Amino acid sequence: MTIKKVGIIGAGKVGIVLADLALRAGYEVRISGSGSVGKIALIIKTLVPGAIASENSDVVANSDIILLAIPLSRYKNIDPALLRGKLVIDAMNYWWETDGIREEVLAPGLTSSEQVQAYFKDSALVKAFNHMGYHNLQEEAQPAGSPKRKALFVTGDDRTAVAEVAHFVDTMGFDQIVHYDLADGIMTEPGSPLFGASLKYDDLKDIIDHFDQTEFGKKIAASEK
Amino acid sequence: MVNVDKLEFGIETFGDIVANEDGSLQSAAESIRQIIHEGEIADKYGIDVIGVGEHHRPDYSVSSPETVLAAIASVTKNIKLATAVTVLSSDDPVRVYERFATLDGLSNGRAQVMLGRGSFTESFPLFGYELTDYDDLFNEKLGLYDELRKEKAVTWSGKFRASLTDQEVYPKTEHGELETYIGIGGSPESIIRAVRFGYKVIIAIIGGQADRFKPYIELYHEAAKQLNKPEFPIAVHSHGFIADDKDAAIEVAFKNIKENFDRIGLTRGWAPMSREQFDSETKVGSFYVGDPETVAQRMARTINLLDLGRFDLVYGAGNQTAAQRERMIELYATKVIPRVKEILTEKEAAK
Ligand SMILES: NC(=O)c1ccc[n+]([C@@H]2O[C@H](COP(=O)([O-])OP(=O)(O)OC[C@H]3O[C@@H](n4cnc5c(N)ncnc54)[C@H](OP(=O)(O)O)[C@@H]3O)[C@@H](O)[C@H]2O)c1
Repeated sequence: MTIKKVGIIGAGKVGIVLADLALRAGYEVRISGSGSVGKIALIIKTLVPGAIASENSDVVANSDIILLAIPLSRYKNIDPALLRGKLVIDAMNYWWETDGIREEVLAPGLTSSEQVQAYFKDSALVKAFNHMGYHNLQEEAQPAGSPKRKALFVTGDDRTAVAEVAHFVDTMGFDQIVHYDLADGIMTEPGSPLFGASLKYDDLKDIIDHFDQTEFGKKIAASEK
Repeated sequence: MVNVDKLEFGIETFGDIVANEDGSLQSAAESIRQIIHEGEIADKYGIDVIGVGEHHRPDYSVSSPETVLAAIASVTKNIKLATAVTVLSSDDPVRVYERFATLDGLSNGRAQVMLGRGSFTESFPLFGYELTDYDDLFNEKLGLYDELRKEKAVTWSGKFRASLTDQEVYPKTEHGELETYIGIGGSPESIIRAVRFGYKVIIAIIGGQADRFKPYIELYHEAAKQLNKPEFPIAVHSHGFIADDKDAAIEVAFKNIKENFDRIGLTRGWAPMSREQFDSETKVGSFYVGDPETVAQRMARTINLLDLGRFDLVYGAGNQTAAQRERMIELYATKVIPRVKEILTEKEAAK
């Protein structure tokens, strides 16, 4: 599939940056918040002129790829049927300041993206854009080949979907380290040395490849036993 | 266009614990007394505002900023006394009004309220609030505060606080209104909210380049026009450190800002600050670090770029010594501020 139209659910800090990057990459962009178009129209017009302010259902209906950029504690406000059959990027993290107590948002023992995938069970979910801070995403996007280019971790269970997202990430201005296991999303969850970090390909790959040797990796391994 | 004559300069502290020369840490009580002394220095040198943060954590000494500001009020003459910020979401707006109206009386009208959602969340469980009500709490309490600020009898009801019927709240201020800012981070929603209430805005730029806020400021002005609300010059607050020698300043700042950032990161799960990140923040980002000339150049650039009316430098991050903190305030007041004004005057003349 060629991706031409990008839909972003969530018109907050990350959603707006992703919209900006997608516009710069030449995509047609739709974006929605939790409420009416009126609530975000001026924000979109001023911050990301060219993006179409809309509502969730219209965004989904008219996009080839959907980015979830809403607080993790809110994903269940979206009807899974709405995203059926869609290619979906999960940019969400558990963040206690907005999401509250972890146990109330996530079941123990499963990574956040696995739970999001289980909920949107008829969508192909790929985790990406979650581990870099929003202003780094905005300021550090670079064309392929640039020596300053940073890398993002991309992972999911569906190989075709992962490949499509990896290509999409490339067009958005980042190198990719690709895995084919959604559970590996743990490597970039809060607590990981990659969460909030902004690294070039080699440095990111090095930590991913030796994840079990990081403090966080050891902790995760110990809790799995 | 920047109005250089009206430009305001502030310093802000979060009440970080002060270090002794031998590296040991002072008590919270000593650190609080140090802030009073710094307020005095800032006033002596003509800095316009001092802001004191509210935190409920072991690494910061101040949980009741108005009390600290009241002490500063008694040893200063002109400097405005602000909070940076008052975490309104977990406070009682009636109490907030009362405390600031009292401070305003004590200080001859120098109190300045800065309301925010805060970037820490300890106050929520501490005062019995749910983090998941984060947005609703702030919206509702801001609504009540706005009523109280009119200094007339208030009739109000909401979800999080007992209702009020035709209730007067005291003391009334001498000028009839508390000067009020809303402190915001990177959320566009917050800009619109501040406009809707018609309050002044102070933006916390604590990561990345100031340039990315240009559209946000445009959004502020656009929204004000559309909603027919007053437009004020925007204020910005960012972290900094100034010393006589540039390299020394960078090393002190790196050690302290990194320690501070990493300690907070530990509880939130973000990665430690790398040297590369720090260097990029000091070169083109949100840290104003160096000798007076370097800091002045970077501040002038930001003020000009964003067309600001006020710039507050956050000082004392991490565990700095009293001597480092005091010297920084002195350099800021006597070297940086005049130099920033000079650069901006030249720029305006060239336009
Ligand atoms: N901040 C970062 O640096 C960063 C980086 C990478 C990933 N992330 C992740 O990205 C997500 C968003 O973070 P953020 O910082 O952008 O948060 P934010 O600024 O609070 O924005 C969240 C946005 O989601 C919208 N929203 C909530 N429920 C919705 C729904 N059911 N349908 C459509 N929109 C909805 C909100 O709209 P309303 O205001 O109308 O509710 C708001 O526009 C989080 O999961 C976060 O962990 C953040």
